[in-house]
Amino acid sequence: MRKILLMGNPNVGKSAIFSRLTGARVTISNYPGTTVEFTQGLLKLGDEKAAVIDVPGVYSLQPSSKAEEVAVQMLKEGDLVINIVDATNLERNLYLTLQLLESNIPVVVALNIWDDTKHRGIEIDVNKLEEILGVPVVPTCGLTGEGIHQLVMRLPEVKSPTYPVRSDKQRWQEIGEIVEDVQKLHHRHHTFLESLADLSIKSLTGIPIAIVVIFISFQIVRFIGEGLISNVFEPLFEYIWLPLMTKLSLFLGAKGFLHNILIGHLVNGEIDFGLSFGLLTTGLFVPFAMVLPYIFSFYLVLGLLEDWGYLPRLAVLVDNIMHRLGLHGFAIIPMILGLGCNVPGALATRLLEGRREKFIAATMMAIAVPCMAQIAMIVGLVGERGGQYLAIVFSVLFLLWFILGGILHRVLKGESPELTLEIPPYRIPQIFATIKKLWMRTKAFLIAAVPYVLLGILAVNILYTLKIIDFFARFFSPVLTGLWGLPPESISVLLVGFLRKDVAVGMLGPLNLTTKQLVIGSTILAIYFPCVATFIVLTRELGVKDMLKSALAMLFVVLIVGGILNLLLPVNF
Amino acid sequence: MAKILDLTQLKPGQKGIVIQIQGGAGLIRRLQTMGIRPGKNIIKISAQIFRGPQIVKVDNLQVAIGFGMARRVLVEVEE
Repeated sequence: MRKILLMGNPNVGKSAIFSRLTGARVTISNYPGTTVEFTQGLLKLGDEKAAVIDVPGVYSLQPSSKAEEVAVQMLKEGDLVINIVDATNLERNLYLTLQLLESNIPVVVALNIWDDTKHRGIEIDVNKLEEILGVPVVPTCGLTGEGIHQLVMRLPEVKSPTYPVRSDKQRWQEIGEIVEDVQKLHHRHHTFLESLADLSIKSLTGIPIAIVVIFISFQIVRFIGEGLISNVFEPLFEYIWLPLMTKLSLFLGAKGFLHNILIGHLVNGEIDFGLSFGLLTTGLFVPFAMVLPYIFSFYLVLGLLEDWGYLPRLAVLVDNIMHRLGLHGFAIIPMILGLGCNVPGALATRLLEGRREKFIAATMMAIAVPCMAQIAMIVGLVGERGGQYLAIVFSVLFLLWFILGGILHRVLKGESPELTLEIPPYRIPQIFATIKKLWMRTKAFLIAAVPYVLLGILAVNILYTLKIIDFFARFFSPVLTGLWGLPPESISVLLVGFLRKDVAVGMLGPLNLTTKQLVIGSTILAIYFPCVATFIVLTRELGVKDMLKSALAMLFVVLIVGGILNLLLPVNF
Repeated sequence: MAKILDLTQLKPGQKGIVIQIQGGAGLIRRLQTMGIRPGKNIIKISAQIFRGPQIVKVDNLQVAIGFGMARRVLVEVEE
């Protein structure tokens, strides 16, 4: 099978073209570095099928970063390159194009973001560019699909270019001549979006805007999440699912092993979706009625911010703060992704330069950034006792995030590297593309989470039935009870927390904890270890040695923070 | 009269022409891929407080570069 590589600078829309060519669903955003893993899909070319590979964005083929090294490696295995070029930034993008032409692999150039050129006053003579480069050049718009058909039609035309290898200086000189020849710029006034873009990056106006954006984002996430729970999912479970389950419970005789597994324990003779802990009761209620609404609302807001192009601006504004934590501004992006789910957050640490930054960012995220599934459960459970207790849990985590970064920055040798970051223009999100991304992420949650939630609930039942919990409870009670003031059986929560954090938080419910214990329990659950999925990805990203160090840091921090909270928080509050 | 300043000394809105990047090959290449190289027209857009990143516009694109790097980019400006 032939291999077609999609290559281009970061944030030129490779993934959008990839998704158009292959029909595969991939994440597309408006900031450089969205694609950190290779994605492969299939394209039908007449009777033949070709593999299409979405290569992460690079500026050049000089192997000066990990991404570039890999891109050079992939280039050797490819049969054809579709070079995606940002038509609104011809000059910068052509550098990679020339290097590709020099490497004697057949190339087709897609002049992407073509739709933007018109209102930005850019005029490009496509025929002339094609003539100069000697390879097909096709204007495209990945988001709307315009030009994709023409692009595919011209793939059979390609042949290896015969470009001599040049020096850096010669390349830039040639690019200058090409741009002079094919591109005309028309003067035009600042658009509203551009003025807004400028305001949001000046420190005087940028920081207040950032505060407003973050505040509104949280409010929308809460409003939609809570709204969906109380108006849609809770009524569905209450009025439709509960009567069915009550019948099933009666049918099973209201007790016995099978009843306990499927329905769980009855509370005052009735099913309680939060406390019963059966597969069909709590096992479905937790992922669908407690977590899903927040996953949906979080990814809706995140998707809009991503596609709008706000995140790189936030990265610039927080750069100063992040430097005190041993990182630079761009590290805020893995953290924000981590708030949705720690797995994509861990993957995004690849965007950071060196081993030191990756270690700091990954450790900070794993310890102090709870995922949305966990946040939703904490909001549901702790929020019931009062908003001030929620504030304690999240303030502790927020503070811990800063302290941890500050300490790691001091302790680990090295300096935080300087930021270089493209600031893409604001773009009005394409509703269809945003919805598609939201659907992909929501589906990914359902596929990845629901089986694990059910497995977690099954594990709890088995652990209790076989009295394994009692053994662990005795073993760990010095820490649990002595240090943290939690009942010994809460060890089950920590065990299950390794599997799924949302189920684990839910398990705090039936333990009849005091508010103080609930606050401590939720906080240490967030800190102590990431779930197994995150653990695997982190080990892959950091290597076994750094992951061990990171895990030690997690244990150390959870012991201390749990202990301090137990000492400081009053018994009745 | 022309004057030579580094990027951090430019005021927001001020234009100039890049004349030199004072640094090793790594820095030169990193800035080059962002479009910053000798001979380019550059406009300063804004600067973050406390020696934060400097935002400049080259060609059609805005880029943010760290303060330390920006100090190594020399620009010729018309008075």
